[in-house]
Amino acid sequence: MASDSSANASPDRTPELRAKIAAELEGVDFVLGYGRGFDPLHATPVTVRSEKDLGRLIFDPTCVQNLATSLYGLRGKRLGVVVKGCDSRSVIQLLQERLWERENLVIFGLPCEGVIDLAKLRASMDVASVKAASFIGSPRNGLLRLTLPEGGREVVIEKESAGLLADKCLRCQYPNPLVSDHVIGPETLPQGAQDTYADLAALEKLSTQERFDFWKRQMGRCIRCYACRNACPLCVCKHVCLADSREPHWLSAEATLQEKWLFQVMHALHLAGRCTECGECQRSCPMGIPILLLKRMMNRELKELFNYQAGVSLEAIPPLHTFLMEEDRIKDRGLLW
Amino acid sequence: MPDMGRDYRIIGFLCNWCSYGGADAAGVARFSQPTDLRIIRVPCSGRVDPMFVAKALLSGADGVLVSGCHPRDCHYTEGNLYARRRLELLRRFLPIIGIDEGRFEYVWVSASEGSRWRDMVTKFTDKIHALGPIPRMAETARTLCALEGMLGVSSAQPDMWHADETGGDLHRAAGRNAQRDALLHLDDYKEVMDGE
Repeated sequence: MASDSSANASPDRTPELRAKIAAELEGVDFVLGYGRGFDPLHATPVTVRSEKDLGRLIFDPTCVQNLATSLYGLRGKRLGVVVKGCDSRSVIQLLQERLWERENLVIFGLPCEGVIDLAKLRASMDVASVKAASFIGSPRNGLLRLTLPEGGREVVIEKESAGLLADKCLRCQYPNPLVSDHVIGPETLPQGAQDTYADLAALEKLSTQERFDFWKRQMGRCIRCYACRNACPLCVCKHVCLADSREPHWLSAEATLQEKWLFQVMHALHLAGRCTECGECQRSCPMGIPILLLKRMMNRELKELFNYQAGVSLEAIPPLHTFLMEEDRIKDRGLLW
Repeated sequence: MPDMGRDYRIIGFLCNWCSYGGADAAGVARFSQPTDLRIIRVPCSGRVDPMFVAKALLSGADGVLVSGCHPRDCHYTEGNLYARRRLELLRRFLPIIGIDEGRFEYVWVSASEGSRWRDMVTKFTDKIHALGPIPRMAETARTLCALEGMLGVSSAQPDMWHADETGGDLHRAAGRNAQRDALLHLDDYKEVMDGE
C-alpha cells in the first residue's frame, strides 16, 4: 500500500504528535500538519479540524514543506501549526514582524534530523514509479527503502538517506524548534556542518562577466510562475506585491529576461534581514533556478556587517530597522576611491 | 541598443538638501565636470529604495551614484543613517548577480562642497569608463522573447535542447527540426539586430 509508507523504524513520533494535537484541538480552529501526499515520497499539508482527521497526520523525512508559509493568509484565526526547527524560524520572523499574534498560535515543534530533497533522488531514478517508501533509522545515517515495479513484480532497493538530505539540512544549526508550545520527541544536537558558503564562493570565483552570463542563463529559464513568491513564508504582500502592481509599475507583464531578473533581485532585497533560508523558493521552482543563492548572499553579508541572523530571536531588532551613528563595519565611502 | 557616443549612462540619486545643492554649487562655480551623469533629485538619501538602483542597473544604466548629506547632517536627522545600512548591503550584494561592484557607489556631499562634488563625479565617471559599458540584455532579450513567442521555441533553454536530442521519437525529431530552422532564423535576426 502506498499510504503505508510512514511506518518508520526510528522511534515514530506520529502517535505522540497525534495525541498532543488531540489535546489542543478544542481551543483552535484547526491544526496545520503533514499528511501523505499523492505518492509515498510526497507529503502534503493537511488541516486537522476534528478527531477523525488525526489519522491523516504523519511525520517523516518527506515532510519538506514549511507550513509557516500558510500562516499569513490565515490571520485572524486561532491555529495550531506543526513545525520543524527550520520552519520555527519562519514563525519567529512572522511573530517578530507582528504579522501574527503569539497567543493565537499553538506551535507543535518537531526536532528534526533532516528532510530529503527529491531532486537529488530524481537524479538517479524515476521517482514517480515508487510504490512504497520507508525510512530506516535516522535520515542522517539510515536508509531509504523503496519498492519499485520491475517487469510485473516488485523489487526493493535501499539508498543511503544521508546522500538525499536537502542542502539546508547539511548545514542545519537549528534542528530543534526555537519557539514552541509542545516539543514532540527528544531534542537532537545540531548535526549540520558550519555553513562556509562554499556555493557562493564557487560563484565568486567566476569573473563578473561569467557571473552575469550565469544568471542570464538561469533567469532565462524563469517562467514567471511566482511559485518562489508563493512558497515564501515571508512574502506577505501577496495581492499587493510590487511584481503585480501597475502603480508603481516596477515590472511589466512582458516575459523578458530583465523583468525576470529584476523580480528575483526584488525578492532578495525585500527579504534582506528577514530570510531564514528555509529554501522553499528554490525547492518550489519548477525550472530549478538556484534563487536561494541570492538570499544566501544577502544573509552572508548581513551576518558580516551586523552579525545578524533572521528568525532566531523574537526580541531582536532587524538591522535595517535601526542604525548606529558610527557603524562598526561600514567604512565611509567616497574616501576610498 | 546603439552606443550613445562616448557618454555613458550614469544615474545619480541626489538628496534635495545637501548633494543637490552641492551639485548646484559645483555648477555655479563653473567647475568643468563629465556629462555622463543624469541626476534624479530625491527628498533624502533615505528615500532611495535599493530597488531604484537595481532597476537602473538591470535596465542598462552603466553606473549609479547615490549621494546624500553627511551622517549627522541629515535634514530629517536620520534618513541617511538608514540609507547607509541599506546601500552598503546592496553594494555588497550586487557582485553576485554579475554587476561589478564599482558600478554602484554612495557618497556624502554637503551643499557647500561643490569641489568635492566635482571630484566625486569625475572619479566615479572615470571608474565607469574604465569598466566599460554594462553587459546588455534588455533589447536583445526583448526582441528574442517576442520572437520566441511567435515561433514557439525558447532559445533561453539550451539545456532542454540537449535533453531532447538523446531520446525522442519521430514526432519529436520532426518538431526539433522545425525548431532548429526557426532558431536559424532567430540567429539571423539576432545578427541583424546586433549589426544595427
